[in-house]
Amino acid sequence: MWQYTLKRLAQGLVTVWFIATATFLAMHNVPGDPLSGGRAISPEIRANLEARYGLDKPLGEQYVLYLGNFLRGDFGISFTQQNRQVNDIIREHFPVSATLGILAVLFAALGGVLWGALTALYRNRLPDTIIMFLVILGISVPSFVFAALGQLALVNVNALLGVSLLPVAGWGEVSHMILPALVLGMGTMAYLTRLMRSSMLEIIHADYIRTARAKGLPPARIFTRHQLRNAILPVVTVLGPAIAAITTGGFVVELVFAIPGLGRYFVQAVQQLDYTVIMGTTVFYGAFLVFMVIVVDLLYGWIDPRVRVQ
Amino acid sequence: MTTPNTPPVLSPEDFLPLQVRPDAYGITRPSRSYWQDAWARLRRNRRAMLSLWIIIALLSFALLGPLLWTVDPARQDIDQISQAPGADRSATIVAPYVAWNGMATAGFEGGSGLRLAAAANSQVVRLLWDAVPGMQGFRLYRNVFPVDGDMAFGLPIAEFPDSDAGFYEDRLDLRPDTYYYSLVALDEDRALSSQYEVLEVEVTRVITLDEVRTRALVPAERVLAEGDEVLLGLHPLGTDYLGRDMLSRLMAGARVSLFIGIVAPLLYVLLGVLYGSTAGFLGGRVDQWMMRFADFVVALPFLLFMILFQVVFGIGPGESGILPMLLALVVLAWPATARLVRGQVLQIRQEAYISASRLLGAPSWYLVLRHMIPNTLGVILVTLTFAVPSAIFTEAFLSFIGMGVAPPTASWGSMSNEGLATMLTHPHELIFPALFISVTVLAFNLLGDGLRDALDARMRSLE
Repeated sequence: MWQYTLKRLAQGLVTVWFIATATFLAMHNVPGDPLSGGRAISPEIRANLEARYGLDKPLGEQYVLYLGNFLRGDFGISFTQQNRQVNDIIREHFPVSATLGILAVLFAALGGVLWGALTALYRNRLPDTIIMFLVILGISVPSFVFAALGQLALVNVNALLGVSLLPVAGWGEVSHMILPALVLGMGTMAYLTRLMRSSMLEIIHADYIRTARAKGLPPARIFTRHQLRNAILPVVTVLGPAIAAITTGGFVVELVFAIPGLGRYFVQAVQQLDYTVIMGTTVFYGAFLVFMVIVVDLLYGWIDPRVRVQ
Repeated sequence: MTTPNTPPVLSPEDFLPLQVRPDAYGITRPSRSYWQDAWARLRRNRRAMLSLWIIIALLSFALLGPLLWTVDPARQDIDQISQAPGADRSATIVAPYVAWNGMATAGFEGGSGLRLAAAANSQVVRLLWDAVPGMQGFRLYRNVFPVDGDMAFGLPIAEFPDSDAGFYEDRLDLRPDTYYYSLVALDEDRALSSQYEVLEVEVTRVITLDEVRTRALVPAERVLAEGDEVLLGLHPLGTDYLGRDMLSRLMAGARVSLFIGIVAPLLYVLLGVLYGSTAGFLGGRVDQWMMRFADFVVALPFLLFMILFQVVFGIGPGESGILPMLLALVVLAWPATARLVRGQVLQIRQEAYISASRLLGAPSWYLVLRHMIPNTLGVILVTLTFAVPSAIFTEAFLSFIGMGVAPPTASWGSMSNEGLATMLTHPHELIFPALFISVTVLAFNLLGDGLRDALDARMRSLE
């Protein structure tokens, strides 16, 4: 297990290095450079600025400098916001995105497992049909439409009740988090429901379930101890990609709900061509996602002993 | 049947041997190939067939639609901005605008307080009011919502230094709608006092004769006079916030979205098939290195790098950004197919018919083309069908955050983005493109489900 963990971690580090290199090369191929544009500057000032930011050095040296800075955890200074370090931006805004993401993942995982199990138990009956219809809808509707419709519905409900049931946008209190988290987790929940349903259907007639029933276990206990526990395994394997989907899906939800998260910052930085912020957040997000996938894989080994033996 | 009392009547013929019927031994039904069989199974799947028809309808909407509905998607109809589908599009012909001296026109004399001096129309709204003694002036506001108790007057449009009787004509961006004009008296500190009057004005749409002629709204031979009604251009699905026709923009958007949604998966699935089958077929160390590289590409955060690619290609104004998006999708999305095909090829390589074929002297390319690819084609087709919705989603996502196609190119994603701003007042601008995205994705998902059931029994349990 330890050996496996170390191996995965080493692989993860190589992947992050790969992401950092790809980002570096990509950003160096952007037409123009951070100093062009805006007002014209004299060649002397330009040379000074280039020296200050290390842009006059050969590509190889810049690359080494860049990697060195990353290793020290220094992502540089924003190009468009005065006196703001990329580190500060990440430190300030990532917790917001993380809170929203965790809530959404929790909602998606719990909802997906619950609905999936229910549809399998009521297979081909009315609850199954209704939920699976909603699931197909959930998979087919983009998150920004959910976000917009959610806001629209909330505005109408608030107007109807005469009181503000939940705020429509913004951030700061728990009430702000509910609707964005629901919207963000919706697509993933639909996907997990489908997965859970088929996984549950596969084991619902397994021999050990029949044995459990034969020895007289109450249905509730069979459901929790035998069916749910075994059917949940495939859901755990896709949690890694699901976290990635929710993290990037957060960009849109943060934009629509005016949430000051890192995703919204990233989108803004991309639109304003803020080079250091783009590079810093890309590598940060990339590293985060790579390690989340590793964590989920290790978790899987911990939950399912069969994987550990291999 | 027979009762015990009556023995069956038998004739000598009953004891003759039966004739051999040759047709009983033949195969009566023509044999069906794998694809015919799959097609028959798909035909029985009602949901999948419905999806197939929807996809055909969407494709013809994108390809044939612009031939039938020839309105230019970039043309602005400034008289009909953000019109909902089915909105009234009649306009009354009026005389061209002439300057005003503050006198009430016929039929509007008399009255007191804030009042209209002439019929209010989308050309001009003329207001008159009386003096309010003891006040230091007025400020005039306009609102599209009723002014309620908390004095939400709306947009300040003019300020007057004295509180005598006065007049004002509003020509600012008038639409056929209900407006609420408020005249608020100002106190000594030029602050708002509690004395105000609200006038509800119903603005009707008007058009001058010149405009009717230059825009060719009616046939040139029709004689028109002031007061006649003409119909403005037809927009079956309404217009967007710049007055562009929604139907033709949806068609143009369908071309972009479906182009990316179908061509990108075709390309990257092809790349993945080539890469995966090469790796699987060669095997050994080459396979290991090739798949290690694929693993790296898989580990790249997909959407982040899609965004990065769009930045690198630096989409300038006037460029559409469709090709960079296509390229980025192909570069980033091929490894999943490559892995799948490699697995299939590794499996097929063990089969006895491959050994037999090899024994008969088949060269490698023949094995790949004749056995490996046809046998993985089912899986590839299913992958392709499921790749379409994800490509459409990616395009919509990127266009939505402003990193996809650049204006004025329309795509369903960018249209949704533009529609979001006016969601509360003109929901049709968001709902139509969103509906198209959802229906397309839904259709491809259901067709993919059907294809998977029809083509490959083994994959059914993998859902």
